[in-house]
Amino acid sequence: MNAHVAALPAASFEAGPAVVVSNLLRSYGSRVVIEKLNLRIERGEFVALLGESGCGKTTLLRALASLDAIQGGRIVAPRRPAVVFQEHRLLPWDNLWRNVSLGLQVPDARERAAEALTEVGLGDRLDDWPRNLSGGQSQRVALARALVQQPELLLLDEPFAALDALTRIRMHELVRELVANHQPGVLLVTHDVDEAIALADRILVMRNGAIAFEHRAVRGGSATISRADLLRELGVVSHSPTS
Amino acid sequence: MSNMELSGIGRTAIAANSGRSSQGSDTAGARAVSKAKLGARGLQLLSWLAPVAVVIIWEWLAQAGWLSPHVLPAPSKVIRTAFKLATTGTLLNDLGVSLLRAVSGFVIGTAVGATLGILVGFSRIAEAAIDRSVQMIRAIPFLAVLPLVIVWLGVGETQKIFLVALGVTFPIYINTVLGIRQVDPKLLELGRVQGLSSLQLIRRIILPGALPSILTGVRYALATAWLALVVAETIGAQSGIGFLAMDAREFLRTDVIVLTIVIYALIGVAADGIARFLERRLLAWHPNYGAAR
Ligand SMILES: Nc1ncnc2c1ncn2[C@@H]1O[C@H](COP(=O)(O)OP(=O)(O)OP(=O)(O)O)[C@@H](O)[C@H]1O
Ligand SMILES: [Mg+2]
Repeated sequence: MNAHVAALPAASFEAGPAVVVSNLLRSYGSRVVIEKLNLRIERGEFVALLGESGCGKTTLLRALASLDAIQGGRIVAPRRPAVVFQEHRLLPWDNLWRNVSLGLQVPDARERAAEALTEVGLGDRLDDWPRNLSGGQSQRVALARALVQQPELLLLDEPFAALDALTRIRMHELVRELVANHQPGVLLVTHDVDEAIALADRILVMRNGAIAFEHRAVRGGSATISRADLLRELGVVSHSPTS
Repeated sequence: MSNMELSGIGRTAIAANSGRSSQGSDTAGARAVSKAKLGARGLQLLSWLAPVAVVIIWEWLAQAGWLSPHVLPAPSKVIRTAFKLATTGTLLNDLGVSLLRAVSGFVIGTAVGATLGILVGFSRIAEAAIDRSVQMIRAIPFLAVLPLVIVWLGVGETQKIFLVALGVTFPIYINTVLGIRQVDPKLLELGRVQGLSSLQLIRRIILPGALPSILTGVRYALATAWLALVVAETIGAQSGIGFLAMDAREFLRTDVIVLTIVIYALIGVAADGIARFLERRLLAWHPNYGAAR
């Protein structure tokens, strides 16, 4: 599985930006949540977004997905991004391939869905119902549904938060592999510092409505920042000797 | 009698359903499942015991002469009457007429109720314009308007179909609105993320999400349609099962009257069976309805 990641060419971000955000303003009524936020994600780049609870990560992601209106600034994305939410949001009345091909406007939707499901290891469950899946399997279907759209930008809002530790590690490997194959720009919102370090090319910390900290990994490798440094950025004082 | 039979059937349906859903969710304990299945079958047999016993005792009382045929004819006599009326009389014709009234009224009522329900479910403007009026009309027990309906429409076919349609409209309307409103907003949002058009959103997410509620409405509507049919046919009908009953009353033919009651009961059971079949087919994905896979 890791072979794919290793095989990833070092300079693979040349295809142009997946999204450019400039001077974003987002408020709920008089409560300003995002202010003067700038962000650029290249295609093929994996960005993890950390930040304490309530700092506006989901708000940013929803704005990028144009699920909510913005009050100022600009978001430029070449195409509609794909989103994986914290809950799988599978349609219980559709079998897996119909779920995966939801919104796909092609004649060979079933074949495409089958390919995507095979990629996430569920190629033998095309006609099965979502209710017969485990939490991890459901989230894999949600990933397949996002990737089958061949997005240039993939938005992930804590997609693994509800999974057990072991399943989460498996999902990390899968996501790394899928992203390497499809090369979308990725914005992963997460609370898990280790997840960010393991997956991201770039780690952002959001604070006071904007990006307050940025750490870029050596290209093609994973993040080199220490856990304790990141936790300090997140406002957690750590005395753990493991770092 | 017909009531007892019906409630008995309802109960077994619930028992069978719960057995099925536990079979669906419980994959670990296979032995517990087969035990529950056996229990369900036993309970189903048990539930038929009382109705069958009542019929046997009834027959026996009638044969022994303790039950005057003018009060209650023996079940065997009712069956003989059924055969006689079916072969030489107008029973099949009357049955056809009654079913046609029920089906026409049901189709019209469903069309009206579903159309209004969809409008109100989707549009706040339509809700403001329509919902209060519908709710006010609904507050009237629909049978209370019968005298007025007779003044307007006489006692012909139109009156009967109208009454059935009226009874059907409201349960369909209410459950359609409710179903549409209850569709998970997170799934609607997903639809937008996946780039569905409004029409696709309705077809792929809103209608399937509302379907369980709509089918519940259909089941309620079947019950009211059937009640409306009985009432409508009892008044000034020239044909139909209700006419048969009123005609028989004049000649104190209790065997025919009991026969019509049984036929109404059978129509009710059949309608309920159709509704349940629809639920099983259309809601196969739903853990509470669909067969376990
Ligand atoms: N619909 C809403 N109306 C009003 N305020 C909202 C709404 N949604 C979010 N907020 C507020 O916006 C702020 C940011 O919320 P958001 O959900 O983006 O946080 P988050 O960083 O995703 O937090 P978490 O890590 O807990 O998911 C919070 O203060 C929240 O109370
Ligand atoms: Mg959030």
